[in-house]
Amino acid sequence: MNIVVFIKQTFDTEAKIVLDGNGKIDANGVNLIINPYDEFAIEEGIKLKEKFGGEVTVVSMGGPRAQEAIRTALAMGIDKGILVNDPEVDNTDEYGRAQILAKAIAQVPYDVILVGRIAIDDGASQIAVRLAEALSIPSVSSVLKLEVAGTQATATREIDGGTETIEVSFPAVITAQKGLNEPRYPSVAGIMKAKKKPLQTLTLADLGLSAGDLSPKMIINEYSLPTPRQGGRKLAGDAAQAANELAKLLREEAKVL
Amino acid sequence: MAKGIMIIVEQRNLQIRKVSLELLSQARKIADATGEPVVAVVLGQGIDELAATVTASGADKVILIDDAKLAEYTTGAYTSVLNKLIRKEEPQAVLIGNTAVGKDLAPRLAQRLGVGLASDCTGMEADSNSFLTFKRPIYAGKAFAHLTSNVRPIMATIRPNTFPVAAPDAARQAEVVKEAAEIDAADLVAILKEVAIAASKRPELTEANIIVSGGRGMKGPENYNILEDLADVVGAAVGASRAAVDSGWKEHKFQVGQTGKTVAPTLYIACGISGAIQHLAGMGSSKFIVAINKDPEANIFNVADYGIVGDLFEVVPLLTEEFKKLVNE
Ligand SMILES: Cc1cc2nc3c(=O)[nH]c(=O)nc-3n(C[C@H](O)[C@H](O)[C@H](O)COP(=O)(O)OP(=O)(O)OC[C@H]3O[C@@H](n4cnc5c(N)ncnc54)[C@H](O)[C@@H]3O)c2cc1C
Ligand SMILES: Cc1cc2nc3c(=O)[nH]c(=O)nc-3n(C[C@H](O)[C@H](O)[C@H](O)COP(=O)(O)OP(=O)(O)OC[C@H]3O[C@@H](n4cnc5c(N)ncnc54)[C@H](O)[C@@H]3O)c2cc1C
Repeated sequence: MNIVVFIKQTFDTEAKIVLDGNGKIDANGVNLIINPYDEFAIEEGIKLKEKFGGEVTVVSMGGPRAQEAIRTALAMGIDKGILVNDPEVDNTDEYGRAQILAKAIAQVPYDVILVGRIAIDDGASQIAVRLAEALSIPSVSSVLKLEVAGTQATATREIDGGTETIEVSFPAVITAQKGLNEPRYPSVAGIMKAKKKPLQTLTLADLGLSAGDLSPKMIINEYSLPTPRQGGRKLAGDAAQAANELAKLLREEAKVL
Repeated sequence: MAKGIMIIVEQRNLQIRKVSLELLSQARKIADATGEPVVAVVLGQGIDELAATVTASGADKVILIDDAKLAEYTTGAYTSVLNKLIRKEEPQAVLIGNTAVGKDLAPRLAQRLGVGLASDCTGMEADSNSFLTFKRPIYAGKAFAHLTSNVRPIMATIRPNTFPVAAPDAARQAEVVKEAAEIDAADLVAILKEVAIAASKRPELTEANIIVSGGRGMKGPENYNILEDLADVVGAAVGASRAAVDSGWKEHKFQVGQTGKTVAPTLYIACGISGAIQHLAGMGSSKFIVAINKDPEANIFNVADYGIVGDLFEVVPLLTEEFKKLVNE
């Protein structure tokens, strides 16, 4: 079974967000991690390989630092990596990015594509489904459980207030939700091996794409920061007094009850 | 010439989702300001009776697509039908609720139409240049992107609880049109086997008006009943911090935060939650925040409108009694 896993390098969840002189998100000095949901995708890919054999390829689009994310995935047990690194990517939106990622695996055989449910930075949750559409294959979003038999998969996915079970034939895109599995930590031996595993870097030109093919459909007018919330007041008195006062404030001042 | 604001109305078991009513209400306001009609699209089976509800909620035109294959949401069938409908109707804008359905449907549809998509928006305004502009949280609400598009239709998914639901106007009239469902065979490759909705009398976390949430301070799963009692007095949902979820006290679907649900209720009551940055990311845009925590230095007090420093096991039951009094008044 051939498996492709897409991972994005994102800001650490502890990161404070500031804007730079051009009003853009400032990535300087920010700690980068593998998008947490992509760890579930990596783990599932490795598990499928362990069970059915084959090869797992990890693909990431980002700057040179995204190599670290790929190396971590390789250390966990992925076989090879592809990095798409091109400054033009910065000017593209989800529409363009899905096409780039689709092109990036044009030469890679795959039965199943695993991605995260959402990237916690931009949080658009568009790339996986758009990628599936660009490849003309089905996708199942927010998967909690994946069972594979031959070329058929049964996926249980999270919906509002419950779950849904969906049957698809491969090839298909599966987006990973927390609960799918417990991602492993890279072992020392894994880290050593990862250094020798193949990591290919591609530009848009290598993929036969030019900026013109990818011009964004969306326009970002500006970025802004939220006005920081002010702490309000702590209610005095014993528990009974405070509870009484709170109920009153919620009714009379906040008008929420 | 593109025309109208199209709302993809979401229904489940012939119940229209609250977020769809929120979108109709807001679209109505924009329609009144811009002269663009509101076009509501309802997909499903046996949906005739829903036309009246969407009309009263603000639609000028209602398109019903009634077919057994649309009874339950599936990515393929819904995309197939809506792609064709949108190409025919040529709306200026297509708006969808950012629900499990919306998150799955909107990107697929946008890619097929070759258009952009502003996802999970918490703001939408009429704009004289580009018709609509959107505001969406990025980095889990630590920043916002303000965006628009010149490509038509302009598509967006809107976060539940962003806009209020206007009172229905039973006197409104709308043109009601029935369209046949044209579904391409290629779009029927994924088969929906089973839908399991957990029975709950409480509202969905993302749609709830009030959320009572418990963290590590709850000390164990058996203690959540005190939060549930409080929640049930006011029809609230119950949420949890990651610490509570990781301890196995609550399922992940109840987790609020950067790697859980993002919620924006009118009132969020945090009990035994310290207020870590990843938790705040998920609930920081709540209208009012109440914190109950025994540590006066807990970070949650820095964002709470009202705080009670105390033992939640003492305070919460008292609060339940106070809420009961108010509700019974
Ligand atoms: C005009 C415009 C300019 C933009 N410029 C920038 C910019 O300069 N920098 C920037 O970061 N964003 C930019 N964006 C945002 C960007 O287009 C996407 O929102 C974002 O990069 C991808 O969406 P997401 O991160 O929300 O991924 P999601 O759709 O939430 O991610 C889901 C999954 O897709 C996979 N995935 C997503 N991205 C990648 C990737 N890069 N490589 C491999 N797998 C991936 C992962 O498995 C991930 O878990 C811009 C947007 C617009 C409209
Ligand atoms: C990548 C990543 C993603 C994350 N995503 C999330 C997320 O989505 N959501 C999330 O919540 N967290 C998330 N976290 C975890 C986050 O950093 C915190 O660890 C977590 O939110 C702490 O949960 P807590 O407030 O319940 O527990 P604690 O921080 O342990 O706080 C417990 C609080 O309860 C109070 N308390 C104890 N007993 C009582 C009592 N009897 N009465 C009153 N108060 C009492 C204590 O004073 C304390 O303030 C994430 C972390 C990482 C690294």
